[in-house]
Amino acid sequence: MIGIGGWLRRGLIGLPFAWLALFFLLPLAIVVGISFAESADSIPPYTALLARSPAGLETHATLMNYRELAQGCLRAYGNSLGFAALATVLCLLIGYPVAFAISRAPGVWRQLLLFFVMLPFWTSFLIRVYAWIAILQPSGLLNRILLATGVIDAPLPLLYNGFAVELGLVYSYLPFMILPLYGSLSRLDENLVEAAADLGAWPWRVFVQVILPLTLPGIAAGALLVFIPAVGEFVIPDLLGGPGTVMVGKLLWQEFFDNVDWPAAAAIAVVLVLVLTLPLLLAQRFVEGEEPT
Amino acid sequence: MTAGRGTRAFRLAALLAGFGFLYLPIAVLVAYSFNASRLVTVWVGFSIRWYQALIEDDKFGAAALTSLEIGTMAASIALVLGTCAGFAMSRFRRFRGRLLFGFMLMAPLVVPEVILGLSLLLLFVAMQSWIGWPTSRGIVTVTIAHATFGACFVAVLVRAQLAGFDRSLEEAALDLGARPWTVLWWITLPGISPALVSGWLLAFTLSLDDLVVASFVSGPSATTLPMAVYSSVRIGVTPEINALATVFLAVVFVMVALAASLIPRQERRRLGVHS
Repeated sequence: MIGIGGWLRRGLIGLPFAWLALFFLLPLAIVVGISFAESADSIPPYTALLARSPAGLETHATLMNYRELAQGCLRAYGNSLGFAALATVLCLLIGYPVAFAISRAPGVWRQLLLFFVMLPFWTSFLIRVYAWIAILQPSGLLNRILLATGVIDAPLPLLYNGFAVELGLVYSYLPFMILPLYGSLSRLDENLVEAAADLGAWPWRVFVQVILPLTLPGIAAGALLVFIPAVGEFVIPDLLGGPGTVMVGKLLWQEFFDNVDWPAAAAIAVVLVLVLTLPLLLAQRFVEGEEPT
Repeated sequence: MTAGRGTRAFRLAALLAGFGFLYLPIAVLVAYSFNASRLVTVWVGFSIRWYQALIEDDKFGAAALTSLEIGTMAASIALVLGTCAGFAMSRFRRFRGRLLFGFMLMAPLVVPEVILGLSLLLLFVAMQSWIGWPTSRGIVTVTIAHATFGACFVAVLVRAQLAGFDRSLEEAALDLGARPWTVLWWITLPGISPALVSGWLLAFTLSLDDLVVASFVSGPSATTLPMAVYSSVRIGVTPEINALATVFLAVVFVMVALAASLIPRQERRRLGVHS
């Protein structure tokens, strides 16, 4: 801004910059450091990386945590990536028609519908996941309806398995997909769509060749907003999943809280950040690109 | 739109299916909070006994107060930090570290909560041994954690609002001799007040909602509402949680509806003044 310079400018940049460097960047560096430490029966429960000895400073770094991770945890990473990828695709398939319908709704309705897409985002995540337990459990609502209508003879195992986790992920992250898609669709140049239709293109062809390519940035932003947090999700696999559906977030939680093995938890976190580096960099490009500038 | 007319039924079906999916579980949850039975799945009759049980349960009351305290402080810190950050990103096109700054503002929005929680806890533990602070973990450490990711959400809203803000007002004030600080305080900030209101509310509700980060960085002295809910949900489904959830939903609904109706009014007033 013209006229803003000197201390005001430095303060406006410096204050949040320093805060984020201290409480976001530095902690990540510490995680990397502790992932090379050994777990110990002390407070805090890990060995120091640097220790004084008669010979001077000695470093104690070990790759043990990573070796253990490579041996025992790869399945959890595979699970996480698989669940998150499928959830992203399902959110896109469900979210695109909804976002399209909202963007074509009359003005007053559009605002109201958007409000109701965002409302779950403002309400408790934990409670929304919890709500599914009562629906999916063996004596739950869904099984009761299916039994009463004679579709099934015995209750289906709907809870504590991969199906429940996937359902929970899609349900929880759907608004994150709809909102950027709506953003892209509402900025769509109507003239291009009409031109294609006037020139005789069928609705399906208009969609595939005109609308879809023009909304690719919204699709990318939505996909990243669903995929990245879903990979590290803890609450959903913990409440809805079973022993066969361990995801990285849950594994990290168990190492930290149940096994009190902080270095192992740190190593899991480091690998998770590495896995997510590319999506994160893409997110900076697309999610920011979706903001009006 | 030619293509749109033929797809009218399809669009209606998409809306019904989409919103049905989003709201059916919430409707079931609310309905069973008024169930007389202890079982959440068998409807016996209408009752408010679970709300009475909730009022008599001290555990949730104390946790709710802790959460409100943390949420208020965290949202206020997040508002200051996020407004500065959003303003800096929107108005200062070039400065050293801008790319890194942008990354630090975006990453906490999507980075899995377990990573945010673990990394902040390890920082607090390390700081304790380096400088002796924080002496214990509790309300202060959770507040810092929540303020950090809250600030990033506020920054997004402030940036979006500043993008649509009429710069000519600021320039006129500067031309008339106002100091930059005065312009910022009396023209820019009132102009983006809708983003400030919704930013504070968003940071507040995110703080109120957070289980994972708080579980990592809190200590025995502070149990937040989601932590209390989580520990009882793990034991099993009880209608008392349904009642608590319903109260929570009602409060959030009223708050968001208020904010939504407040924002257009502020914008109208602003337009009325300036036109």
